[in-house]
Amino acid sequence: MDSITLVAVASIATAGLTIALGSIGPALGEGRAVATALTSLAQQPDAAATITRTLFVGLAMIESIAIYCFVVSMILIFANPFWNHVITQAATK
Amino acid sequence: MRLSPDAMIFWQHGFVKLNGTIVFTWAVMFVLSAGAMLVTRRLSTGMKRSRWQNLLEIIVTGIEQQIGEVGLCHPRTYIGFLGSLFLFIAISALGTVIPGFEPPTGSLSTTAALALCVLVAVPFYGIEERGVVGYLKSYIEPTLIMLPFNIISELSRTLALAVRLFGNMMSGSMILAILLTITPFIFPIAMSVLGLLTGMVQAYIFSILAAVYIASATRARRPKPKPATPAEA
Repeated sequence: MDSITLVAVASIATAGLTIALGSIGPALGEGRAVATALTSLAQQPDAAATITRTLFVGLAMIESIAIYCFVVSMILIFANPFWNHVITQAATK
Repeated sequence: MRLSPDAMIFWQHGFVKLNGTIVFTWAVMFVLSAGAMLVTRRLSTGMKRSRWQNLLEIIVTGIEQQIGEVGLCHPRTYIGFLGSLFLFIAISALGTVIPGFEPPTGSLSTTAALALCVLVAVPFYGIEERGVVGYLKSYIEPTLIMLPFNIISELSRTLALAVRLFGNMMSGSMILAILLTITPFIFPIAMSVLGLLTGMVQAYIFSILAAVYIASATRARRPKPKPATPAEA
């Protein structure tokens, strides 16, 4: 298997795996966060503004992990330095 | 497949490029400044006021209240910086309803610049509030061993701010572009509405996180303040 094929296969497989595995954790975490927020809203409805604001801030922090995985996946597909390197090598040959 | 507005070149002369990020950033700045100047030309303090002045007052008092709830005393000193952050990111997100407009926050350069502004603002406000020695002592706050971890956390917080905003805005426009090549009409509109919602939430998150970082840098060592009563909120 020459280097072009190897880089292509590795990039494509890793890109798919990154976003697939990387979305599991944040999804579970956000589900737990919203469930706990709903419970505390039911217990103390007059603190709704504080609870909602803290919930959104917490959700954004959890979401960032999924965003990091998405950015790595996009880099592997669209801005892959290894792919550019082997392509320029093959073009100059 | 365009990854960011950096690739839209409007004009080029040698190595000086006028790309989409610069043009749309200046467009947002122009809209914000011109709108503010037009509305505040004739301010009235009575009961009769124009609806635009009303809108601006709602926005300004809303941001001031949010900054106060985060724990910063004298929100007026910080509202210039934090309010501008929120309004810039919010207007860039809302502008996607205009065809042809790409949000400048979809480029890593813009979000990195905004995160660097926060990185500079935190020590600035910290030193202004607590003095140089008082602010630097906060880095060795629990014990001296925590010094490298505190420094690393400062840098990683900045990186997280930049990548979070960039990832959210870029994914919104990219999903829209991909869907437009697949399904005709209804589904891309639904995703565009979702993109608006995430844009506004990310604007709020960015400014609230900046406020929390500034609050943790300016908070002097004193006994825990009493919890906010409903009358204060």
